[in-house]
Amino acid sequence: MSTRRSRTRQSTTSRISDDQINDLVSKLQQLLPEIRNRRSDKVSASKVLQETCNYIRSLHREVDDLSERLSELLENTDSTQASIIRSLLSQ
Amino acid sequence: MASSTLIPNPVTNNTDRARDSAKRRKRKKIQRQSNGNGRDQNSQNLSISNDQITPWKSEVQQQVYSSKLLQALRQVRQSSGTGNPPTKSPRRGRAVHEAADRVLAVTAKGRTRWSRAILTNKLKLKFMKSNRRQRGMVATATGNSRLKKPRASILRLKTKNLPAVQRKTRVLGGLVPGCRKQSLPVVLEEATDYIPALEMQIRAMTALVNLLSGGSSSTSVTGAGHLGHLSFSRPPPNL
Repeated sequence: MSTRRSRTRQSTTSRISDDQINDLVSKLQQLLPEIRNRRSDKVSASKVLQETCNYIRSLHREVDDLSERLSELLENTDSTQASIIRSLLSQ
Repeated sequence: MASSTLIPNPVTNNTDRARDSAKRRKRKKIQRQSNGNGRDQNSQNLSISNDQITPWKSEVQQQVYSSKLLQALRQVRQSSGTGNPPTKSPRRGRAVHEAADRVLAVTAKGRTRWSRAILTNKLKLKFMKSNRRQRGMVATATGNSRLKKPRASILRLKTKNLPAVQRKTRVLGGLVPGCRKQSLPVVLEEATDYIPALEMQIRAMTALVNLLSGGSSSTSVTGAGHLGHLSFSRPPPNL
């Protein structure tokens, strides 16, 4: 595979190189809106982890809010039925 | 896609039939999508073959998710609508959230640990009380995706074994389903897939909320592309 330093690749134990972890951290960093907007070059891994936790928590909260709104909207049966059927048919 | 079930144990659930019909509709929808959607470049690369990794940002994926979500929500409504007093909104909100997560995990096609964990957790809560022993049954093969050189350099991870990093890894593992006691690279990889999936879930649910609430103009219109043309080009029904 990659020509990094030779190491034994047991399946999921911790024989993964630092380079690979750095790759993963940088990929994750690209997903985070905070760090992406700040455009800073050097970000510590700990900061990336922290930002990831915060971001996932905020995403969960948003999904919670949306679920609440959806459940309230679903209680309105007749019009919901009509709009659902219409949207399914016209796709 | 050839594989029909993600989980070895058969799920005696109504959503199976819904899932199968949704899969058939999804195939037609994907082909239609690849021909008629000029806005999305991603769908052209991955429209027909479902074996390639479908990015969460693509419109196709959101279409798939939205249609499955609608069916799941209808069942939630049917199962809890008849005879329930209307003051059950916290529980119903929770049911909607769980249905949305389940549909998200199904859309992930079981390739990631968090999606399998969501689905097996549903089974565990339904049929068994103890959930510690079953974790070992979940397959752990996650294909290692392409690893490119990082564009922005980060500080060398010499601090991999620091207690601070370990602590944050545990916290992050607690947030991503199924990664509570995983090592750092596993948690990172799962989070890298989980975050775009959550973002897509938010886009799809926002579009659905906008659609159901009468198509009033809202800020997050970008995600409402495929469903939004309904609400913006046509006056809503009597609500």
